[in-house]
Amino acid sequence: MAIEVRIPTILRTYTDGAKSVNGEGATVADLFKDLESRFTGIEQRLVEDDKLRRFVNVYLNDEDVRFLEGISTPLKDGDSVTILPAVAGGAVAGGMR
Amino acid sequence: MLLGMLTLTQDLYEQIVAHARRDHPDEACGVIAGPEGSDRPERFIPMLNAARSPTFYEFDSMDLLALHNGMDDRDEEPVVIYHSHTATEAYPSRRDIDLAMEPNAHYVLVSTAESGADEGPVSFRSFRILDGEVTEEEVVFVASYEM
Repeated sequence: MAIEVRIPTILRTYTDGAKSVNGEGATVADLFKDLESRFTGIEQRLVEDDKLRRFVNVYLNDEDVRFLEGISTPLKDGDSVTILPAVAGGAVAGGMR
Repeated sequence: MLLGMLTLTQDLYEQIVAHARRDHPDEACGVIAGPEGSDRPERFIPMLNAARSPTFYEFDSMDLLALHNGMDDRDEEPVVIYHSHTATEAYPSRRDIDLAMEPNAHYVLVSTAESGADEGPVSFRSFRILDGEVTEEEVVFVASYEM
C-alpha cells in the first residue's frame, strides 16, 4: 500500500511526465520529503518556511489540507493526495496575501 | 510580431466578454476546457472570483478541485484561462506572470476599463506565459471549428 499523489502539469518535469506517483509518509510534510528523495527539487516548489506555499493547493481525499492540519495533516496508506497550483492573478502587483 | 495563435469561436468570445461585464468592477475569471492536446477551447466554465476584488482574482480551492476532476473525467485540459482587468489594460501584470502555472494554457485578458459593465469597446488579448516570459499571440475568431 502507498499514498497516491496526483501531480499537476507544471510539476511533471520533476516526475518524468508522470501524472501520478506513489509515495509514503505519516504527514503531508513527510510525503513531500519522500517525493523529494526521488524527484529532486519538487519540495521547494510546494513548501516554504515549513509551510505550504500560499499559491499551492493540496487536497487529501478531496479535502483542502488548509482546512485540516495543513502540512502536518496525518496520512495513511491508501490515501489520495492531489496537488494543484492556485489559479490566481490580478491587475495590481501589491497586496499579496 | 505575433508568433503563436489562439483560435476561438465568436460565441466563446462573447461569453467571456459578457462574464467580464457582469462582474465589473470586480475581476472575472474562468476557463475554457478542451480535449487534451487538441489546443481547441470548447467548454466554457465561468469561475467564481473567490477574492471578489477589482485588483485580484483567485479560484476558490474547492471549485478548482471540482474543475480539475471534471476535466480529468472528460480527458480535458484548461486550453484557455481568462480573467479581466477592470481599470487597466489587457496585459499580464507582474502578479499574473508570477502566478501563471499552466504551461499549456492560453492566458486571455479582457479589459473592461473603457466601457465598464455596459456595451462598448473592450480589449481582448491572448498570451503565453512561460517561466516568467510573456509572449502575445494573435487571436483568430471563427464561427465554428473545422471538423
